[in-house]
Amino acid sequence: MLHAFAILLSLQLAGEALVRAVSSPLPGPVVGLALLFLWLVVKLPLPQATNETADGILKHLSLLFVPAGVGLVQQLPLLRDEGWKLLIVILISITVSLAATAVTFAVLAKLMKIDSEAGRES
Amino acid sequence: MINFVDLWVYLSGNSLLWLTVTLLAYIAADAISAALGRHPLANPVLISVVFISAVLVLSKTAFPSYFAGAQFIHFLLGPATVALAVPLFRHLPEVKRMFVPMIAALIVGCVVSIASAVLLAKWLGLSKLAMLALAPKSATAAIAMGVAENIHSDPALTAVMVIMTGISGAILVTPLMNVLRLKNYAARGFAAGLVSHGIGTARAFQVNPLAGTFAGIALGLNGVLTAILVPLLLPWLLG
Repeated sequence: MLHAFAILLSLQLAGEALVRAVSSPLPGPVVGLALLFLWLVVKLPLPQATNETADGILKHLSLLFVPAGVGLVQQLPLLRDEGWKLLIVILISITVSLAATAVTFAVLAKLMKIDSEAGRES
Repeated sequence: MINFVDLWVYLSGNSLLWLTVTLLAYIAADAISAALGRHPLANPVLISVVFISAVLVLSKTAFPSYFAGAQFIHFLLGPATVALAVPLFRHLPEVKRMFVPMIAALIVGCVVSIASAVLLAKWLGLSKLAMLALAPKSATAAIAMGVAENIHSDPALTAVMVIMTGISGAILVTPLMNVLRLKNYAARGFAAGLVSHGIGTARAFQVNPLAGTFAGIALGLNGVLTAILVPLLLPWLLG
């Protein structure tokens, strides 16, 4: 667990350093994700608990968004003038986008006959 | 005798109090969500945020003193993002097989998400600042705020749009997919992560590990594509 956490932090740090070195607009942690993925693909040695540690953090991913969500409430005055219109735009836009994304994915998977095994886990 | 006012003054300025409150509020919210069979409306992020915000208002606590404690949890978003590589690697065979539908859905979803937000905002007569803040709303917060700076929008307002999009999408995705009768969990998860970034990904992991994996991929890919497409599409959408 300790070693696994050290790996996660080191790769995030490497990601942050890389992003700044090439002044890329990507966030450091996303580059860290790519680095850990490559690490796994080329089968470099990893601490045994890496899988469990990653699953443990991801199991409560929701918790990690709570402080930022509370920050939203502090910004509510920004919404005073246009608040309800913004909410309407967001609700319609995400409904359309969710449907467009999922339907494109599912229809293509069906046409290519690749949805039978992988996609239907329940 | 303990003076409660002194005790409060001490505790409220202490990181430990708000860190503990955040953790306890989330544990309670997660228990409520589990008790209600993970009903989409019982979103643990939403419940915790509403509860903690009410406590902050009632106790007249300023956000910076709250965040002094909560930052330790916020910090973990970084290593958690890195950790997404583990389920991605575990489901690599499915991800490879689904490569073509995934890339097609990414391009369609990203364009629809940006264009629908900007065009609807224009149609409702929203200010230019609001239109610009809505454009990158589906990207993960760090990327969206970077895009906001590039297109001369307000990063704080953009962050609010991002969180609202995250929570609303996490609530809407399950009922919407059921109405559309989509049973492909890779597709459902991918849509959740593409539209509602990390909060959608957290919801997808609640429903199904495969959905969570595809949500994580969508979160990463759409973050990148949104950063590329927003500046390209904007002149055309605003024109």
